[in-house]
Amino acid sequence: MTRKLELPDLAAKLIAGARDNEQVEICVSRNRSTTVKAYSGQVESVRSGLSEAAGIRVIVDGRQGFASAGSLDYQVLNQLLDEARENLNFAEPDPYQGIAAPDGVVPPNLDLSDPTILQITEDQRSTVAIELEQRCLNADPRVKSVRSAAWSDGWGEFALVSTSGISVYSEGGSCSVGVQPLAVDGDETQIGYAGDAARRTDLLDLDRVVSEAVEGATGMLGATKPESKQLTVVFEPSVTAAFLGTIAGALTGDRVIKGRSPFADRLGEKIASPQLELFDDPTNIESLGADNHDGEGLATRKNNLIDAGVLSNFLHNSYTARRAGAQSTGSAVRGPRSTPGVGIHALCMTPGAGDRNDLFAQIGSGVFVRGVNGLHSGVNPVSGDFSVGAYGQHIKDGALGAPFREATIASTLQKMLLDVVAIGGDFEFLPSGSGVASMAIADVALSGT
Amino acid sequence: MSMNVNSPLVDREIIQDALLTAMSNGGEWAEVFVEDRQSGAAEYDENRVETMVSSRDLGAGIRVTVGDATGFAHTSDISTSGLKEAAQAAAAAARGGAKITPIALRGSGTAESKVQILPESVPKARKVELLQKTDAAAREHDSAITQVTVRYSEGRRKVLVANTDGVFEADDQIRTLLSVNCVASGDQGLQTGRETVGYTVGFELFDDHDVEAMAQRAARRAITKLAARPAPSGQLPVVIERGGGGVLFHEACGHGLEADLVNKGASVFSDRIGELVAAPSVTLVDDGTMGVEWGTVAIDDEGCPTQRNTLIEDGVLTDYMWDHLRSRSAGRPTSGNGRRQSYQHLPMVRMTNTYVTNGDVEPQDIIADTQNGIYVAQLGGGQVNTATGDFVFGMTEAYLIENGEITAPLREGNLIGNGPDVLQNIEVVGNDFAMGSPGTCGKDGQGVPVGDGQPTLRVAALTIGGTAS
Repeated sequence: MTRKLELPDLAAKLIAGARDNEQVEICVSRNRSTTVKAYSGQVESVRSGLSEAAGIRVIVDGRQGFASAGSLDYQVLNQLLDEARENLNFAEPDPYQGIAAPDGVVPPNLDLSDPTILQITEDQRSTVAIELEQRCLNADPRVKSVRSAAWSDGWGEFALVSTSGISVYSEGGSCSVGVQPLAVDGDETQIGYAGDAARRTDLLDLDRVVSEAVEGATGMLGATKPESKQLTVVFEPSVTAAFLGTIAGALTGDRVIKGRSPFADRLGEKIASPQLELFDDPTNIESLGADNHDGEGLATRKNNLIDAGVLSNFLHNSYTARRAGAQSTGSAVRGPRSTPGVGIHALCMTPGAGDRNDLFAQIGSGVFVRGVNGLHSGVNPVSGDFSVGAYGQHIKDGALGAPFREATIASTLQKMLLDVVAIGGDFEFLPSGSGVASMAIADVALSGT
Repeated sequence: MSMNVNSPLVDREIIQDALLTAMSNGGEWAEVFVEDRQSGAAEYDENRVETMVSSRDLGAGIRVTVGDATGFAHTSDISTSGLKEAAQAAAAAARGGAKITPIALRGSGTAESKVQILPESVPKARKVELLQKTDAAAREHDSAITQVTVRYSEGRRKVLVANTDGVFEADDQIRTLLSVNCVASGDQGLQTGRETVGYTVGFELFDDHDVEAMAQRAARRAITKLAARPAPSGQLPVVIERGGGGVLFHEACGHGLEADLVNKGASVFSDRIGELVAAPSVTLVDDGTMGVEWGTVAIDDEGCPTQRNTLIEDGVLTDYMWDHLRSRSAGRPTSGNGRRQSYQHLPMVRMTNTYVTNGDVEPQDIIADTQNGIYVAQLGGGQVNTATGDFVFGMTEAYLIENGEITAPLREGNLIGNGPDVLQNIEVVGNDFAMGSPGTCGKDGQGVPVGDGQPTLRVAALTIGGTAS
């Protein structure tokens, strides 16, 4: 078999075919991944594969065309270039359309590739998956089975080359685990979930994954439907991340310039409690969302979004920045299969002080929300309406109490930001890359009976 | 008009060799799944075509099973050597079992699509005209409509499935879809309205469906909501308009009837066959053969012809849904519900078109009989915890019912209920069955196209996730 071209060479070879009047951007990637799942003490499945992808953007006179494929075959890529050219004929001219131009910002030069990931063996994978299942079963007699115990690891390469002189290449790997124990008590079954991800195997915290997953299942046994009332909710860090992620989405350039954000004309205004500091920081290597470049090949940078409750910035890629008369914030997000969007890489908040129990003591009474459902169906980031299914535990006399389920919590995104009454000190980086802590929000409607 | 009957995506002999390689370390059963997917999409936003995109994916996934263990490898290289390499990788993961010589592959390995107008044969300029027409209709509906996004997409997915049982089947799946999203601006902020039409058909979709009327419905939704009040908080009777809420059953019990979840005790419906699990007026069906609905496919992604499966009959649980792996270990036939997002994924038990059949009550009588409650005209997505049966679903168009009449529009929110409770609490089922909007069902990170439907019906009580006391 002939040796395949290295990604940057492949992209450079294609870009050489760009015509004088064209802006062309070529994005290619190659990922190898393996997932092993265990069940009943045995390997249930081993899934592995190599995924390749290429996306080509061509812009002529403000018209953009795009084509992509799950292949790195040179012939296929040449066809893509022609398809992108054909597609642009149907787009209407937009004077702001264009690929990113180098802006002189120096990338953080993070070393994100730890080659130990490449040395993981089949035995290591299956041993951890089987061990995860067994440890959940051992942790509590009420855990009767585990729906899924999985190990994954992968290594990816990415290259982006454009006619504006941008040429970036990155590679790196990560590994992750996830487990879903089932706790049973009489007729009742509860399912828990926990996972972890890291750039090195020894950074995975299996103890914590097992205890969180088991606690998530057993802690919900006996849960009942709560009474409907207005109260203070405390979000667990993963719920905080989901909530703040929705907020950050409404602070992205495309939503703002198209009038689809409730915060579109609020720059410089107080939109949140003064306790809230929100920023996106892909230059922090502790986050799995860390990266040297954004999806258009510009250097990543730290961007403040909310400073002491004041809306300080919107996120932009090069297109939304041109339209808004601003500079790109290095916030282009994309894979090779899509045109660049705008989004967060590593959303982060400034934590408060103390541990989670201090937060409960400070709140006195309310509910601790361990998980939410239906973020995609009950949250409208344009109107700001927020309504999601929620489960967790009551907070009574400043301490955690009985579990509840089959309830919803509702307010609006705008109001919730202003109603943040306390932020916990239990800061953590989640596998998603977000750095978050527990957060208390007052005056939320809990709907149950 | 019909299409040429093509040769198989990969030759029979090459597939046979790949199956042999897959079984070379032993194994009980092996499968090769080949997929060639081409799609195109265009988005019309801010009065212009923003981008037109096209994409292509070609690859294969090879699976070997021994007992309950599966080895699987995927590749984007479907040459003889590429398939061989993937087959070796899959084989390495599943050792033991007797070596077998693959049986001769039956079937032609080819398929003929029934669509009338291949979307790829339609000039792109016509697709642009369609977008412009839809956009204009939404904007002309009301000056309060400030933003309109129209999306067109077409997809063609050719699959070939072969296994050591001798299966050698193909399908040519073509889907076409148009959606419109409107933003309306009022004194109290922004509201949105959405409408989607999509079927397992070609471009003839637009001969049968009036996109301008659809755009006006989306615009009307957004405008109506400008005057919406916060939804109530707490439990109330809920009437769901025909076609608006099949997702309720998809979440309330559909997922819980998937054999992979049932077998692992991760479903509240485990071990309940033959029991009365719903009100006697409820008959629930999953049907992959249903006309040109969004979830319709001739064969599932394991090469098994789809069929009409009755899951609940007059309230009694009659069967679960099955794929190859789960039906084999249960010693029964598969129900044609083994589906996967792409060649890179392992198949699992998935729904196709899931619906509740007609009852005998006039829909207007259902509303008139409701003293106070909620009328849901359009549901958004949903999500379920199959272990507890608790599920949520969003209401994107809803109204109060006061004294038997539909009154004030409500702001968006989620409803929450418990599947087994809700099924028992279906008080009345209408006689006006309709299918709903096309959907994408997500499970363990894989999305597949599904349909759902139901006649107008009333649930005695659901928890409304609003803010008004």
